[in-house]
Formats: sequence, C-alpha cells, structure tokens
Amino acid sequence: MDEIYRKMTVIFQDVFDDDSIVVTPELTAADVPDWDSLNHVRLILAVQKTFGVSFSASQTASLKNVGDLVHLIQSKMASA
Amino acid sequence: MTERLYTELAWLPRPPENFGALCKSLAADDAPGAMARSLANHALDETQAARLGRAIMRCARPLAPLLPFRLGLIGNGTLDFLVPVLVASAARHGLALECIQADYGVSTQEALDAESRINRARPDAVLIAIDYRGLPLRFEVGSQIAHAADIESAMAHLNAIRAGIRTHSGAISIVQTLAPPPETLFGSLERMVPGTPRRVIEELNLKIADSIPGTQDLLLDVASLSETVGLAAWHSPAQWNMAKLAFADHCLPVYADHVARLLAALRGRSRKCLILDLDNTVWGGVIGDDGMDGIKIAQGDATGEAHLSVQRMALALRQRGIVLAVSSKNTDEIARQPFREHPEMLLKEEHFAVFQANWQDKATNIKVIAETLSLGLDAMVFLDDNPVERGLVRQMLPQVAVPELPDDPAWYARTLAAAGYFDSVAFSDEDRQRAEMYQSNARRIALQQEAGNIDAYLESLEMEICFAPFDRTGRARISQLINKSNQFNLTTRRYTEADVAAAETDPAVFTLQVRLRDIFGDNGMISVVICRKTTPETWEIDTWLMSCRVLGRKVETMVLREILLHARAAGIERIVGVYRPTDRNALVRDHYEKLGFSLLSEQDGVTEWVLAADTDVPAVPMSVLRTTPEMALT
Repeated sequence: MDEIYRKMTVIFQDVFDDDSIVVTPELTAADVPDWDSLNHVRLILAVQKTFGVSFSASQTASLKNVGDLVHLIQSKMASA
Repeated sequence: MTERLYTELAWLPRPPENFGALCKSLAADDAPGAMARSLANHALDETQAARLGRAIMRCARPLAPLLPFRLGLIGNGTLDFLVPVLVASAARHGLALECIQADYGVSTQEALDAESRINRARPDAVLIAIDYRGLPLRFEVGSQIAHAADIESAMAHLNAIRAGIRTHSGAISIVQTLAPPPETLFGSLERMVPGTPRRVIEELNLKIADSIPGTQDLLLDVASLSETVGLAAWHSPAQWNMAKLAFADHCLPVYADHVARLLAALRGRSRKCLILDLDNTVWGGVIGDDGMDGIKIAQGDATGEAHLSVQRMALALRQRGIVLAVSSKNTDEIARQPFREHPEMLLKEEHFAVFQANWQDKATNIKVIAETLSLGLDAMVFLDDNPVERGLVRQMLPQVAVPELPDDPAWYARTLAAAGYFDSVAFSDEDRQRAEMYQSNARRIALQQEAGNIDAYLESLEMEICFAPFDRTGRARISQLINKSNQFNLTTRRYTEADVAAAETDPAVFTLQVRLRDIFGDNGMISVVICRKTTPETWEIDTWLMSCRVLGRKVETMVLREILLHARAAGIERIVGVYRPTDRNALVRDHYEKLGFSLLSEQDGVTEWVLAADTDVPAVPMSVLRTTPEMALT
C-alpha cells in the first residue's frame, strides 16, 4: 500500500511537473491546479504503464479521489 | 529485441538516474541548447520525453546551437500529447522546435483559412497528422465504384489541405501515409475485396506517396512505421476512446523521432559517414589473435552470418551514398588482411574512404577521419561492439552518433537501421556517386594528439583490477590465453595446461592472473604474467600478455606495480623483461621502454630490458583486489 503511494507520488510529480505534490487517499482533482482533462489522461496512462494494469473507461469514470484509484490498482494487481 | 527495439529507442543509451532533476536544471544552465540535446539523446519513454519537452518549452533563453524550426500541427486526434515529445525529439536531432497547434478537430479549416492561427504563424512546415478516421472514407465493402470514390475523395481532401497551407503560409506540408486498422472482416480475403479498409488504405498509401515527388512536400511513412512496430501495438482502441489518441501512447517516442529525423534531413542534418570497428563488429573474433582461420565471417556459421549482415548493410548504405571508414585498434597490415585475402568478406579495402587501424584511442581517430573527409563530427556514425569504446567516443565527441548495440551481433544491422541516422528527403545521382568521390585508396592518416582527457574517462569507468596467483580455477583460461594471444604478448611462449599447473606450485616461479571489472561489467581474465627467478636477486618476465579488449586503459601499469610489489616482498632487486618479435606483436615492441625499463641488450630484434624493483610507479585510477592468502603486502 505504502509502495503504491510512493510510486503514485513519483507519477504525480512527473505528470504535473511539481515535486512538492504528496499523494494521499483524499487527494482530488480540485486540489491540484493543473489537473485538467488532458493531464487526467496523462495520469491514467502513466499509472497503467507503471503498475502494468489497464482500466476500462467505466472504471476510471467512477473514481472520486486518489484512494479510489489506488483501490482499483490493487484489485487489478491482485487479479493479474 | 522485438518491436521494443523501435518503441523504446534501444539504439540510444538509457537516461541517467537523475533525469528529472536534470530537466529541471535546464532553464538555469549556461548552455541550455547543448544540454537539451544531450539529455534528448537517451532512450526516453513518453513520460520522460514529455518532461524534457516541457522543460525546453519553458526555457526562455536562446537554444543555440539548436536550429530554430517552426512546425504547424493539424490532425484529427489529440495533438496535445504530441507537442512536448516532438520538442524533445527535435532537440535530439539538433533542432529547437516551436509547435503551433490547431484546435481539436478543425484541421481542414486551419489549412484553408488564410487567417488561421497556423497560417498566420508562417511555419517552416506543417505536419498533417491525419489517420484513416480523419479522411472521408466509407469503406463500402464489395463495391469497386465505392472503393474508387473513397480513394478519390481522400486524395482530394489531403490535396486541399496541402494547397491551403502552401497558398496561405508558404510552408511545406508533411503528409502521412495511413496505418490500417488490424481488424479485418474477411481475413486473408480482405486484400482482394474492393472497399475494405485493408485494400483501400493500401492503394491510398501508394497514391499519397506518388503525389509527393515534384512538390515541395514531404512524406512521413506512418504506414511503414506502424507495420514495423506492429499494427496491434500501434492502434489502441481504449486510448482512442478515452482521449482520441490516433496511436498508442507508447509509440509516441518513436513516431516523434521519425518526424524529427525528417525535419533534420530537411535542414541538411542527416549523417553522411559510417565508421566501423572491425574485430567483433565487421567479423566475429579478433583478427590479431584468432588469425584468418579463426575469425568468423563464413556463410553457414550463425555468428559469421550475423557479421556478414553488418557488412551487407554497410555496403548497401555505401551504394546510396554513405561514406564508409574504419576505426580499429589493430596493426594496419593485420587489419587489412581479411579484406584482401578472406574469400567470404563482402567489404573490400576500396569501399573505405579512410582506413584507421592503429593503437590510438578511437576519439582521436574519428576526429582524423572527419578532418580527412572534410565532414563535421555531426555527420559521423560510429558502430562498435565494445561498450567502453562507445562510452569513450560519446563522452569525448558528443556530436558523433554512437548506437547502443545488444550483446548478440545478429541484431547489429537492424539496430543500426532502426536508428535512422541516414534518413534523407531526396535521392539524387550525386548521392549515388558520393561514396566513390571520397575514394579510392584507403589512406592511413598520421596520428594526432589525443582528443581529450582520457584519464577523466578512465576514472569514470570505475575499474576494479583483481590479482591472483595461478590456481586450479583459472588454469584452463590461463592456458587458453597463453596459447591464443598474439598481439599483446611480449614473448609468445606457449605452454600446455600441465605446464600451467606445474607453475602453480613451482617455488622459483611467480605468477599472476589478472581480472578487470568496470561499470559495463566483468571483462573476465584479461592478463597473465609469469616471472622466473634467474638469480637470487632477479626475476625475468617469462610471459606477459594481455587481451587487446582492455588496451589503452593503463592496465599494464597496474600489473607492473603488482609485479614490483611482490618482487620486493620476495627480496628481488631487479626485474628483467624480454621482447621477442613475431609478425603479430609489433604493438608491444616499446612496451618496456614505455614503462620505464632500460635497454640491456639487443640481438636479432630480441630486446632485453631491466628495471630496479624499488622503482616507484604511480598508480592509475582503479581499485585493486588481491587474493594472495599467504603473503602480507603493503
């Protein structure tokens, strides 16, 4: 779990070009100024690549915060 | 080494660990252009390339020596992801790219409207990144009439865009061929049925290609690239649905590199000369040690065929106008022998404009080759199997392109081709003759000063030298080296494995086996020394040999230090060295003189040298490991 958040922090820092971002379960798009629709796509692509998983459109559409995303990653990795 | 050779840009070295931090520091660097180019010359994935691209775009200062280039971008997919990756790829090819992007989904309007953002920006070129989904194609299966109509309307659409760009901005259009979707309706029959995507796109691609010559426009052969990568990998339905990516994001780096190659070629930045290493690159094995019978270059031998494919590629490049040269650590006569006498060699001496076989470092040789041909270093490509030589040239001469090579020579030719160093935008009669013009006598050029600070590079190799006396474990390899080494071999005395075993316990004999590790890995056993006690105070060096793979790394200095250390511990006062000439070992004729020995005698070319055991030999930058259990050494 910690490992996933550690990797997520690196991905966020890369995608948003901001080394001060620390990823927490409560983090949402409203908290990060540059989290627009394009960067959202960047983020999802980078997450899929880093963790070797893939999400369907309906799965990513229902995410409310980073905690949801991490749960999704975990369930994908567990079933892989 | 599959499609990943292409998608992961495997001909480039891996990026450094602190790549992200280096991107950040770009804006504050004194020479941001040079730094951008150097950072871009790594195997960057789509995230890393985008990061570098954004850093370059943020940099407010001039990016010289990168050449400015303004590129308009229109297309039917999402172009935003493309822009920073294109900027980074262009820096790799010496260009400072400024992208002007059309709004999503308005490509035709952008081209046709004289007042559009792109046309007003007066770009140098406009990339028309339209895939099959962006053209009026109906794919009405089975109808020859609908098939012809599809092709006609798609061509009309593309031509209208091209004409609009030419009229309103004067820019060159870069037109793409189309990657067909992997889904078929009929399987193999598809190609025979009119109106199917496979057949329409195939015919359309030919039409697009044929519409380019005679115009100012250029072709970006996306069809070829996507076939090479694999259509199933190229098209991601999930990513198209999610974000309208016309191809999968992991193909972005290789796509952008192909665009950048084209722009660089347009600016005359294509490479013009291929410099080949010989041993284990042009043929398998080491000619100086293995001899004409030992090197692998024959048909029917897998290694030989791998190296033949390198020769075939070099020859084909030469026929299209690429100048060939040799840079090899070898004795000139010996290096030329296979070209003259080996029946299976495809390359001959007359194919090379410059032939540099000597013992000088390769950076110096490459500079000489460039000067001799009056070509810039940035026109050079250097192909060498040895990672240390590659690293040296990259560090000393960063303008020279040096492809990374996998361990297996079977992939050398493909890797060289995948890098696209010689991609060009035209092919003229002059090109066909260029290689001839640089001929015909392969010349040997006088040696020059060393190209740069070799010591700093050697230090960066983090070499670790390991000394041990002969032992059972090393016996087979020691005996192999003794019987195989010809070039760096002072006396060329051959001993059997039984002789070697006897030396392990002979009290009148001192032995050394030497191994070398560096940041590229373990070179294994690279040197062997045998000293015999000839008087109570004298050791004579009976055998001293070394693998040519580690030449120029000051290993011999460290070996001498080790001999002296043991000699003093054994109460020895003098070391005597002998050089016995053969037709192969001219390389070490001055070996003892270079190490500070004094000449004792000379007869029939055999020289005898002496050095006091208490001579202080300065150390060179490498760490020393010893397995000498019974001896306490200081």
